[in-house]
Amino acid sequence: MGQLTTRERDLAAAILVVLAVVGIAMAAAGRADPLGIHGAIVLLYSLALLYLIMSTSFGPAPDPSRVSRYYDDPIKVGVAFTLFWAIFGMFFGVWAAAQLAWPSLNFDTAWASFGRIRPAHTTGVIFGFGGNALISTSLHVVQRTSRARLPDQLSPWFVLFGYNLFCILAVSGYFIGVTQSKEYAEAEWYADLWLVIVWVTYFVLYIRTLARRREPHIYVANWYYMAFILVVAILHIINNLTIPVSLGHAKSYTIWAGVQDSMVQWWYGHNAVAFFLTAGFLAMLYYYLPKRAERPIFSYRLSILSFWGITFFYMWAGSHHLHYTALPHWVQNLGMTFSVMLLVPSWASAGNALLTLNGAWHKVRDDATLRFIMMAAFFYGLSTFEGSFLAVRPVNSLSHYTDWTVGHVHAGALGWVALITYGSLYTLVPAIWKRERMYSAALVEVHFWLASAGTVIYVFAMWNSGIIQGLMWRTYSEEGTLTYSFVDSLLAMYPYYIARTFGGLLFLIGAIVATYNIWMTVRDVPVAGTERHDDVPLAGPVPEAAATGPAE
Amino acid sequence: MPELLHRKLERTATGFMLAIIVAASVGGIVEIAPLFTIDETVENVEDMRLYTPLELAGRNIYIREGCYACHSQMIRTLRDDVERYGPFSLAVESQYDHPMLWGSKRTGPDLARVGGKYSDFWHVAHLTNPRDVVPESNMPAYSWLARTPLRLDDLGSHLRAQRSVGVPYTDDMIENAARDAFGQAVPDSEQASGVTERYGEETQVSAFDGVTTRVTEMDALVAYLQVLGRLTKAAYQNTAAPEQPPNPND
Repeated sequence: MGQLTTRERDLAAAILVVLAVVGIAMAAAGRADPLGIHGAIVLLYSLALLYLIMSTSFGPAPDPSRVSRYYDDPIKVGVAFTLFWAIFGMFFGVWAAAQLAWPSLNFDTAWASFGRIRPAHTTGVIFGFGGNALISTSLHVVQRTSRARLPDQLSPWFVLFGYNLFCILAVSGYFIGVTQSKEYAEAEWYADLWLVIVWVTYFVLYIRTLARRREPHIYVANWYYMAFILVVAILHIINNLTIPVSLGHAKSYTIWAGVQDSMVQWWYGHNAVAFFLTAGFLAMLYYYLPKRAERPIFSYRLSILSFWGITFFYMWAGSHHLHYTALPHWVQNLGMTFSVMLLVPSWASAGNALLTLNGAWHKVRDDATLRFIMMAAFFYGLSTFEGSFLAVRPVNSLSHYTDWTVGHVHAGALGWVALITYGSLYTLVPAIWKRERMYSAALVEVHFWLASAGTVIYVFAMWNSGIIQGLMWRTYSEEGTLTYSFVDSLLAMYPYYIARTFGGLLFLIGAIVATYNIWMTVRDVPVAGTERHDDVPLAGPVPEAAATGPAE
Repeated sequence: MPELLHRKLERTATGFMLAIIVAASVGGIVEIAPLFTIDETVENVEDMRLYTPLELAGRNIYIREGCYACHSQMIRTLRDDVERYGPFSLAVESQYDHPMLWGSKRTGPDLARVGGKYSDFWHVAHLTNPRDVVPESNMPAYSWLARTPLRLDDLGSHLRAQRSVGVPYTDDMIENAARDAFGQAVPDSEQASGVTERYGEETQVSAFDGVTTRVTEMDALVAYLQVLGRLTKAAYQNTAAPEQPPNPND
């Protein structure tokens, strides 16, 4: 924050004072409701930040030469948030998994019961870990590929701290019983409203940076970040249209009902996967993979095909979550059809990534960071194939409601999202902290094997339990009656629930190793001369005629 | 040629974003908008009832505790689903559900028609400690529900908010929400008769948690579980395999 100008500090202080007042109002209006607790959290959060701002406000004026360098300070804090939420979210994942095997592990407390910590896990990893990784890397990538500095120094901080306030409100809400119950959109109305404000700021920041670009073409990674920001905004607003019980209540009722609500929910839910957990992370792939491999993307045409294929097809696919339900048949069929077609752009992306590595396979062998990215592309291909497969009605009749879905999600979330994130972080961290390399290459290697082993154990356990469960539910005896009771199928799950807890634990240990490694890298003294002279924004006029290809 | 066009498009941020919005909007518009205009999407049923204030409060506890993460409320049109859980779910049965709780995972069984299948006493024992009645269960224990009094004073505003999103609660229902919640859980009280007047003779008035001196969250949750699948009999009519709705008095 040391680079903030006096005017930016004043503005920040003003925003925080307004936020503190909002917190007081929420606490007062919601005295008899969980809303009051959230008011107190908002108040404390804004006061803590206000203290940070005030304590540095009499420091020296920022160095005027700062405008000739990229603005990376918010990215550094974003990386710290990413690492924190990874451990938080994964810890709750392991705990929730353990509760399914040993149900007394909630110690008879309300806040730690499975139904409350499960959304803490999903929100912690998707929005906390994934969201902070997306914001941090997007601010890094957009500056480098545009050869332009961020347009101002306040809005990136607003986006970062505002977004994390949303995450805190969401997760703390579940513990005290505040939830909308919409999967992956459980946060209540006031947190949702706040996210809209933050998200609009993020969008404006992004578009202003692009407008300052010194490269005529917008690089493919930025297409994906734009799609991520725009479509997530549309999904979030439409899915979260609610009427609060009163301004003093945390509780609200969605305007959608029954069958329409189910369609809106899974249109949102599936496209949260598409535009949050796929598009944004593909953007990371398209930047950090060629950087790390030091090879250009294999095919520009495949990039175009897969980008527009994903943007168009995904939005039709949500209804495959509702096969054989009370949703009209024609919508189910449309969802299935487009889900199968989605395989084409998905595999175009995965193939494009793997073919980019042609000629660099010796680096994959030696460099665990590049191997993270390669494995991520592999798991992306695997889980998109599985997704199309599970969307086919007869397959879905077996897999739906079982652990197979959970296994599929985690093949994507652990194998694709988390691996590409760590691969990107291991590239990003030495770059923005001006270090020559990570503190320990051996620890990156250890993390790689922990993460890979954890993912494989988890996914295999869930494939097994899901298919066994699905088959037991539909097994008939020779007399034509159902062979197994529900409890029979539950009993068969216990070994797999223990195995999946173990797989998740390995993955969590890997995340802790990564955090230690990054911490030690940051603590190291910067190596003189590692600041590359070309890693700065361009100052001259736009080289209109020169550039024909994407930047970098 | 298409590649040249795209090279042009990727030189303009505004144009690119408009193209993203257009491409991403089609699917949602085609699949969601007609669900509001095509009449057959939701069946027309005469006998569809509303949740009583106590049942609605129970539903909110079901939501708060994340029960939907392990229990679906959607019986699919598959033979084994129907034979295990009852007639397949109709759209009308969740017509007034804001939000719907169809669920996506069955770590525990489907609950769409659990109403009336077990006694109130069974539910209380099961929620207090599931392993007392189903030794193999991995469900969390919810013993604190029976110790926590239900907040009654704001039930009117809950009903009013429900009405503003389209559930036909009357002024009379909104005004008497707290009375009705109390009356439904305390059968011998003078408030009890108003519940069946306003919400129909089928409404179950019972001392759900077995204690009539106060209304707890356990009362509300059990009242909700006991009404699941019983707001209308539509699912039991015109089906290939006629089946009777469960009757707890059998």
